[in-house]
Amino acid sequence: MSTTAVVGLPDRSTARIPKMNFLTKENGLLSWLLTGDHKRIATLYLISITFFFFIGGALAGLIRLELLTPQTDLMAADTYNKVFTMHGVIMVFLFLVPSVPATIGNFVIPMMVGARDLALPKVNLLSWYLYIIAGFMVIYTMAAGGVDTGWTFTTPLSTHYLNTHVISTGLAIFVAGFSSIFTGLNFIVTIHKMRAPGMTWFRLPLFVWSNYAASILMVLGTPVLAITLVLIVLERTVGIGVFDPAKGGDPLLFQHLFWFYSHPAVYIMILPGMGVISEVVSTFSRKRVFGYTAVAFSSVAIAVFGFFVWAHHMFIMGISNYAALVFSLLTMLVAVPSAIKIFNWAFTLYKGSITFETPMLYAFGFMGLFTIGGLTGVFLGTTGTDIHLTETYFIVAHFHFVMVGGMLMAFLSGIHFWWPKWTGRMYPEKISQLAAIVTFIGFNFTFFPQFILGMLGMPRRYAAYPPEFQALNVFSTAGASILGVGYLLPILYLTWSLKYGAVAGNNPWQATGLEWQTQSPPLTENFPEIPIVDHEAYDYDWLEKQSQKEVASV
Amino acid sequence: MDHISPVLWQFLVKWLTNFSLFPPEASKIAPEADALFFFMVLVSFIGLTLVVLLIVSFSILYSKARHPQAVQIEGSTILEATWTIIPLGLFLIMFVWGALLYFRIYTPPANAMNIYIVGKQWMWKAEHPGGQHEINALHIPTGQPVQLTIISQDVFHSFSIPAFRVKREAIPGRYTTEWFEATTPGTYHLFCTQYCGTNHSQMIGEVVVMTPDDFKKWLAGSTSGNSLAQDGERLFASLSCNACHNARPDSRGPSLAGVYDSKLTLSSGQTTTADDAYLRDAILNPSQHITQGYAPIMPTYQGQISEEGVIALVEYIKNLDSDYRVQQTLNTTQLPADNEGKPAAAGKAPAAPKGVNP
Repeated sequence: MSTTAVVGLPDRSTARIPKMNFLTKENGLLSWLLTGDHKRIATLYLISITFFFFIGGALAGLIRLELLTPQTDLMAADTYNKVFTMHGVIMVFLFLVPSVPATIGNFVIPMMVGARDLALPKVNLLSWYLYIIAGFMVIYTMAAGGVDTGWTFTTPLSTHYLNTHVISTGLAIFVAGFSSIFTGLNFIVTIHKMRAPGMTWFRLPLFVWSNYAASILMVLGTPVLAITLVLIVLERTVGIGVFDPAKGGDPLLFQHLFWFYSHPAVYIMILPGMGVISEVVSTFSRKRVFGYTAVAFSSVAIAVFGFFVWAHHMFIMGISNYAALVFSLLTMLVAVPSAIKIFNWAFTLYKGSITFETPMLYAFGFMGLFTIGGLTGVFLGTTGTDIHLTETYFIVAHFHFVMVGGMLMAFLSGIHFWWPKWTGRMYPEKISQLAAIVTFIGFNFTFFPQFILGMLGMPRRYAAYPPEFQALNVFSTAGASILGVGYLLPILYLTWSLKYGAVAGNNPWQATGLEWQTQSPPLTENFPEIPIVDHEAYDYDWLEKQSQKEVASV
Repeated sequence: MDHISPVLWQFLVKWLTNFSLFPPEASKIAPEADALFFFMVLVSFIGLTLVVLLIVSFSILYSKARHPQAVQIEGSTILEATWTIIPLGLFLIMFVWGALLYFRIYTPPANAMNIYIVGKQWMWKAEHPGGQHEINALHIPTGQPVQLTIISQDVFHSFSIPAFRVKREAIPGRYTTEWFEATTPGTYHLFCTQYCGTNHSQMIGEVVVMTPDDFKKWLAGSTSGNSLAQDGERLFASLSCNACHNARPDSRGPSLAGVYDSKLTLSSGQTTTADDAYLRDAILNPSQHITQGYAPIMPTYQGQISEEGVIALVEYIKNLDSDYRVQQTLNTTQLPADNEGKPAAAGKAPAAPKGVNP
């Protein structure tokens, strides 16, 4: 036992929830609100983003209900515009961007690298408070009457033509942006400086690699969004005219700046999700991720190329044809690393020993839906086909396949994967598998018809539409109600499991990450003593030897 | 079928009889765009099938029940190179094919007939060169390339005709163009696809494609009396443009005859082509667009002429091949000034032309 300090505790059948853990160490509201513990902050994040997810989800439900019929009958066009704007703002900035990094990443990255906490615990807490301030500002905006710019804030509509709460929304996103900059910064410093002895870069779990890549995007991209939103606010308040053609400004400049952040933001959202999938696929096929280095570097490649593709959102906007050509080519290049990842995950299964617990089912869902999402992205990255497909439901379906089918599936996979570690308890397996399948079916029912709608030419953001599009919209709305059930189920059984779930033990999945070699829920300090790492990531032979040693020593 | 609600039943019947996966192909470019689209659908379908097959077959072959002990494999450079190079190759084919299509869709042929489109919250206005004005409709003939010169007078809009597979943003303060050649007579959807505020979903219209004969009849029946260039001429006179741009020996502005599509040298030393965009900028923001050799004395007309007015002026200047008419109108419009106090006797004073902002 001298080579490693990883502590073994009794296995699942005899396990009890350890009396001393990060949840029980201190009690009272203040001990949570003033905590520096990354696991408690992750818990705060988990509760708050779930809250906003359900607000955003309710708004999505309203959108689908309105689109059940071709006329504007459930709500007025203005209300519809506000509903889809708030849906976009909440889902993108208050759910998708912080979802995996700020909750799961916050919870497991310090443990994965073998550290006691993130490098800057107070900054971590600050980033949660900033998130909450942003959340309150968004709620204020909704209570005060909402905003109807669309989440893209296109000028001059947002600066000169609307009388809704653009400023409070813009500032909310500005504040939320700092929350994500701080999270990214914290991850970068932690991964560089706090790795346990022996934990080299190429021994890091792939989840850490993908969060590292996403953190770089957050730190370099988000300031551009922040500046752009400040310019919008200044334009509305004092009329500086940067985006106003009447004052010599350029309205298209706004879109360049906005997409310079918002395209990398797509990778901020999806990269951490990809990290989850690497962990889950490896664990449940009991095999090292196929081509570890290729997967690690593909994350970095996505992060780098991700910065140079923004104008593919603007192929029809009258940018130079040659600029369109360059951005289209770069878009093709960024599609390749995603393809590499998909095939590497598929080949991780090859000669594995596969089991099909809930996280794995969600991961399979991710792989299927993300493949469709990624391939349809190529339709939009190709200049010639983009002309017909952009600004229609095709694009709506595409990014929902990537963001909801990809990212949200990955998030749920991760939550189900690390839930036993987080709470020390298991959730009921059968019903959670059912939820994964219901989500997958509901998702396809909701969003697949939208590809056809888009091909037929139905524009996005329409409160009313020509009657010939109704049938497919009815399918989509019906699917959304199935999807809604799929999302409500986990809330119910995960809450139930907090009290009644079976005790999980240290390592219910027999996973190799350092976070699984400590107690569940972990101690506030994560490890009794800092582990010394002498093995590669996903080394299942090492894990086997560990458990044999434990048996021997007992 | 009494257990299915009749509403639902009718609905399904209606849908199944009208089911389609893509809109009608009513332009020359549409089948070409669809060819690439279906190639991509095919590649995606094969790719997706491959991924699903891999996952399903590995899940069956290597489930824990069948394969209790995993075999550790580090990776395989050959396999990884395969799934890097094949997708890259396919994506590059799509890129090249798509780029060829893109350039074709956005490069109008020289013989295209030009129609101006102005987008505003929440309607589309079409201005035919013959002076026909349309709102939320566009009549065009088959077999004739049509170029649209598009501008927005407020926010971003997007002019989309799904049946033609073309779409272009209408940008405030800037002309954009798109073109198509319609092939099948019929009525097709016209959508604004860029979110533009409250009634975005009402900013729709009809594109009516007619045979050339029907189109001629329509043109004759819908004329407003003046051609677009004639509107422009009246505006040119009423704004007193001809006070300087009159080609007299002592004129303070350059002659505009034949200026369209010519190469100009600006006072900044740059050379530029006097296209629609240049003419528009030179009217609205003249100090930045002074032709070399002239003093920067032209006042700005920003905010004084509507987009339709600018279009009429541009169309007028485009068709101006001699200065004769300019000087003619100069003489008639100067009459009221000469006979101050009795404008009623001033002969033909121009009526307030369409397009001047009140």
